[in-house]
Amino acid sequence: MKKMKKLLSVVVASAMVLAMAGCGNNGDGGSAGNSSAAGTGGSSASGDVFKIGGIGPLTGEAAIYGVNVRNAAQIAVDEINAAGGANGYMLELNFQDDEHDAEKAVNAYNSLKDWGAQVILGAVTSTPCIAVTEETMKDNMFQLTPSGSAVDCAKYDNNFRVCFSDPDQGAASAQYIGEHALAQKVAVIYDSSTVYSSGIYESFVKGAESQSFEIVCAEAFTADSKTDFSVQLQKAKDAGAELVFLPIYYQEASLILQQAAAADYAPLFFGVDGMDGILGVANFDTSLAEGVMLLTPFAADAQDEMTQKFVSTYVEKFGDTPNQFAADAYDGVYAIKAAIEQSGATPGMSVSDLCEAMKTGITSITLDGLTGAGITWDASGNPGKAPKAVKIEGGVYVAM
Amino acid sequence: MKKKTMSKNFRSKLITFGIVIAAYLIMQILIGTGNVSSLLKGLLVPLCIYAILAVSLNLTVGILGELSLGHAGFMCVGAFTSAFFSCCVKESGMPPALRFFLAILIGALSAGVFGILIGIPVLRLKGDYLAIVTLAFGEIIKNLVNILYVGRDENGFHVSFTNSLSLNLSDQGQVIINGAQGITGTPSDSNFTVGVLLLLVTLFIVLNLIHSRDGRAIMSIRDNTIAAESVGINVTKYKILAFAVSAALAGVAGVLYAHNLSVLSATSKNFGYNMSIMILVFVVLGGIGSTRGALVASVLLTLLPELLRGLNDYRMLIYAVVLILMMLFNWAPRCIEWREKIMHRIKGRGKETKEADV
Repeated sequence: MKKMKKLLSVVVASAMVLAMAGCGNNGDGGSAGNSSAAGTGGSSASGDVFKIGGIGPLTGEAAIYGVNVRNAAQIAVDEINAAGGANGYMLELNFQDDEHDAEKAVNAYNSLKDWGAQVILGAVTSTPCIAVTEETMKDNMFQLTPSGSAVDCAKYDNNFRVCFSDPDQGAASAQYIGEHALAQKVAVIYDSSTVYSSGIYESFVKGAESQSFEIVCAEAFTADSKTDFSVQLQKAKDAGAELVFLPIYYQEASLILQQAAAADYAPLFFGVDGMDGILGVANFDTSLAEGVMLLTPFAADAQDEMTQKFVSTYVEKFGDTPNQFAADAYDGVYAIKAAIEQSGATPGMSVSDLCEAMKTGITSITLDGLTGAGITWDASGNPGKAPKAVKIEGGVYVAM
Repeated sequence: MKKKTMSKNFRSKLITFGIVIAAYLIMQILIGTGNVSSLLKGLLVPLCIYAILAVSLNLTVGILGELSLGHAGFMCVGAFTSAFFSCCVKESGMPPALRFFLAILIGALSAGVFGILIGIPVLRLKGDYLAIVTLAFGEIIKNLVNILYVGRDENGFHVSFTNSLSLNLSDQGQVIINGAQGITGTPSDSNFTVGVLLLLVTLFIVLNLIHSRDGRAIMSIRDNTIAAESVGINVTKYKILAFAVSAALAGVAGVLYAHNLSVLSATSKNFGYNMSIMILVFVVLGGIGSTRGALVASVLLTLLPELLRGLNDYRMLIYAVVLILMMLFNWAPRCIEWREKIMHRIKGRGKETKEADV
């Protein structure tokens, strides 16, 4: 028995090592098939397609964002390929799951490197994105995040983003409220457990210092207590707030609107891009959202031709209405295409050379996308586009 | 007789160390010859982290016999204290090797202290109650870290529990722990060699503890507390000893984790109870009480979802199915019977061939 155990452990150990070696060989074989080692700056993949690697949460609590990004990016890639590709070369998309976790995002990035990715579209959420920037910086791979809004998501000069950064959104909201004199007393309800919400909140407070209004109450909730907001609303009411700023996602915002209505409290509500999608919440009485204002780069029911075409394609293919993450991803793919064309890059270039070419390429393009017209990028990685404020009237967004 | 058992223990230990060292050498050779994919290269440090966690939790669950569901909490303590230290001294010009060494010590010590602090009241409980309290502990640590803001300027450290604005930092000040956003910019000091060294140290500590006088006392508590007390074993002392060592080692894993990624934030994914359960799964599927089993299970179960990436959406499904199959294989009475039968047959055949040779 003892000998058997020993034998068994040896067998298991060798099986383990074989499995590891096997996977190593397979992985390497995969990229070797496409020519030499991908990733570390050697010459890269096959030579006739640009390989775009996507990273985002496809499973877990944040899956809705990742799935939207994947679907929209696929639509954009298909459209570009049908129209003749970028610079005459086809695009290929491989989207990997990161489960909204930094460690898994790095794993996803590494497996994309094995596949031969030359450009990274991702990661979708902020914390995983920051972890990935460190890796792309080491490999000097071009990275464009559709929706990583934390400041550090565009820390290095190879990182760019499509969405606004958190400080931009908070400051822009404060400025908008101040300049339009929407209210004198403002309350904020935010989610202190997400990077997104607390980041916007802090920049909102900073931006409010130079504005004419006053923040009379700031109430936080966390991911573990996001169903009952009666306490926060009561405090806002007691403080006499005329406007409640909600830098949060639409699921919680819909609950806040319902509970405010139940408590006969009717201030102005002002949201940011996370609020987009509130009209699509199941069992939500959209009349409650009447008069809600939000700063968002994208509204699925906007009337322009581009948005309508995108939304109808998306609904047809995936049976669901896209949110602003999808729009960011769609624009992201087109930005990659434009940067490739601007810089005259070819798939035969090494990852590092491609990155250098696209880094200069993207700063000289102007993109008319779903999330804004005339989007430009500067070397800091942040997009230059005007925030659009919309108001919900009669169950649809109306530009203000 | 005594000599024989000693040598048996010694040989068993050697095999465990041998597996780790052999795996390390083989991976190094493969890396040297360029046969390893980037995915696997990136996984090497996490593999060490999870192996250390599994081995250390096995000490509490398998050897002490208490169910702890807060192991990720200790990992969190180790990760945050060490990352905080590393970020503070990052610009002081301390050599990276020394800085990382100190970070490991700090992470292990702080997690160990938390282990003792939690252990004193908690280990009076048994079974389910202990599991519930440790579960709560893990969640409390995670939530505390999420509202903790620490900044530094020329006047020293500022601490706040509301938000980073209330730290009142001067213009030169920088926020080190930024609430839910955690710590960014931790130097990436972890590498495979350090990971394997720490794993070996962990194995050395755990295996030696198990096979020492203290270890036998701990196991006697597991087997029968009343009998152990009646022969004069100080139950509280040994329980806390095992619990604290286990916590400190989890802290070491946390240090590796924090220094492997540039961003550290406490989410339910990495330091919540999901992670605690995950580590427990490694221990249970490796065979409770078996250090080598925990080691193998943690490596296999960490590799599996990554190697299944080719299956896209189905990979988590397959992973779950494999977990269930492993559980059945390890614990279902029918399976145990079947395994024994097979073993017996192989053994019998081995004997026969031996006899034939003679």
